[in-house]
Amino acid sequence: MRKQFVKTIEEILSKDNRLVVLLGDIGIFGFNNSFKNYPSRVYNIGILEQSTIGVAAGLSMNGLVPVVHTIAPFIVERGFEQIKDDFGYQKLGGNFVSVGASYDYAALGCTHHCPADVGVLKNIPGVEIIVPGTASEFDRLFKSSYADGKPTYFRLSEKSNTQSYDVEFGKAFIIKKGSKATVIAVGPMLDMVKEACKDLDVTILYYTTLAPFDEGTLANAISGKTIFVCEPFYEGTLSFDVSKALSKMSIMPRMVYIGVPREFIHYYGKSEDIDKHLKLRTEDIRERIVNNI
Amino acid sequence: MAGKEQKFTLPKWNRIVYNADYFMKHLKRKILEMAVKAGEGHIPSAFSVLDILWVLYDRVLDTRPHTKGNDHFILSKGHSSMGLYIVLAEKGFIQKDILETLGKFESILGGHPDRTKMSDIEASTGSLGHGLPMAVGLALGMRIKKEIGRVYTIIGDGECNEGTIWESALLASHHRLNNLYCIVDYNHSGDRALSLGDLRAKFESFGWDSVSIDGHNHDEIYKILTKKSDVKPMAIIANTVKGKGLKVMENNHEWHHKTPKYEELMAFMEELK
Repeated sequence: MRKQFVKTIEEILSKDNRLVVLLGDIGIFGFNNSFKNYPSRVYNIGILEQSTIGVAAGLSMNGLVPVVHTIAPFIVERGFEQIKDDFGYQKLGGNFVSVGASYDYAALGCTHHCPADVGVLKNIPGVEIIVPGTASEFDRLFKSSYADGKPTYFRLSEKSNTQSYDVEFGKAFIIKKGSKATVIAVGPMLDMVKEACKDLDVTILYYTTLAPFDEGTLANAISGKTIFVCEPFYEGTLSFDVSKALSKMSIMPRMVYIGVPREFIHYYGKSEDIDKHLKLRTEDIRERIVNNI
Repeated sequence: MAGKEQKFTLPKWNRIVYNADYFMKHLKRKILEMAVKAGEGHIPSAFSVLDILWVLYDRVLDTRPHTKGNDHFILSKGHSSMGLYIVLAEKGFIQKDILETLGKFESILGGHPDRTKMSDIEASTGSLGHGLPMAVGLALGMRIKKEIGRVYTIIGDGECNEGTIWESALLASHHRLNNLYCIVDYNHSGDRALSLGDLRAKFESFGWDSVSIDGHNHDEIYKILTKKSDVKPMAIIANTVKGKGLKVMENNHEWHHKTPKYEELMAFMEELK
């Protein structure tokens, strides 16, 4: 996804002279060509995330389209108030593209983890949140929303699904229809969910846009008495959206959230080691679905 | 020929010939009226920056009501909003009767300025340390778009405690934003907690051109705000008095966010005659 991000940006830089890229001193080698070709629109801005977001807002006020890029916690958690005041409150457009996801930098410790990003940003009205499942889905979703005049967050991750879908901004994608339960897979969780449910009679909905949340598709496609929400971030992050989407149902289905537990992870290793520790592998997901269906 | 001359002269629309001292007192009386009607507002902070705001809008900024000019202005210390509103009203940006609605439920004038309420406010501020980074973004954007014009912002000395001020100070000098003018309303609010000391030396050490002026002297303000810099951004340390013009209010923190009672108002109006 990171390579695709560079490619997508290079392509848009050549077509849209409003695009300005601010890199927080990470991923800069990938952008060597862009630095050379567009020196006035691509900056290694330095390690000052709060001001970078303010600067991006100033660019946006002047009709430019900023893209801010660094590791998730440094954009979302450190720069939260800047995104809230400078973009949300002021109704300005801009893009925040993060890497690291929940614990891609497993060995670097919790300072570099960000399982809270989507939950945190959901507290800023008007912010769009996109979690692509593959590189080509990122390309598609970025191009359709980067200049829509809204603040938009893109969560890139090391994990990627094997198959891409023709996902659309703001829309959930129906992977399969079944009758015993409904399973929501968010972004890079889809491969595991498909494998875990391959012989199960369940509906699978694939979400890549999390804000605005596609309530209609969920309300119409719901099947069975249980909803499993498989989230690559803190478990229960989507609970408000899911319950709001189903608020017109006479009997609420049971909701089971499968995601990152709300605890600090004091282990290192690779992200797969942490998946195993947190029970977020395909077999763990299958077990929880089968036992709760 | 006359028409041709006019074309190349900056419009001197709505310029007011005034006696500075008398006129500032007049505006301060209006601010007091506004604050009393609203039961809200930071009076001493508005008085502190009023001279700078007036010179900016009367003589410096190339910007007219509802018309995008070449210059930009951000009031980073948004709690001085009453100073901004009174100047905007005086210069025809907002209708004077709207001033009375300050802080009311449906008013376009909040305790802090809101850009979504009117196009003549460039940035919504209130939380300190946000205006200068945005001004840096505006200045950088003008550079990218090869636009002429300048970006002005007013920050407070207390606000200089915020890390974002120094982060963006570094950015501005690194990117040689000589179209950026940062005015520090040095009214010593910061001394209560964490004094910044020699702000001029600090900005200089961050790579800025830096000057110290009397922030209540209109000619000094005008001269420095129209001075061109070769490569560096300009920091103007404006020495001001918080609550300037009212003896009990001057440098008295008790008045920071307080509305005068009737007898106090009468005494203040008398003092500002």
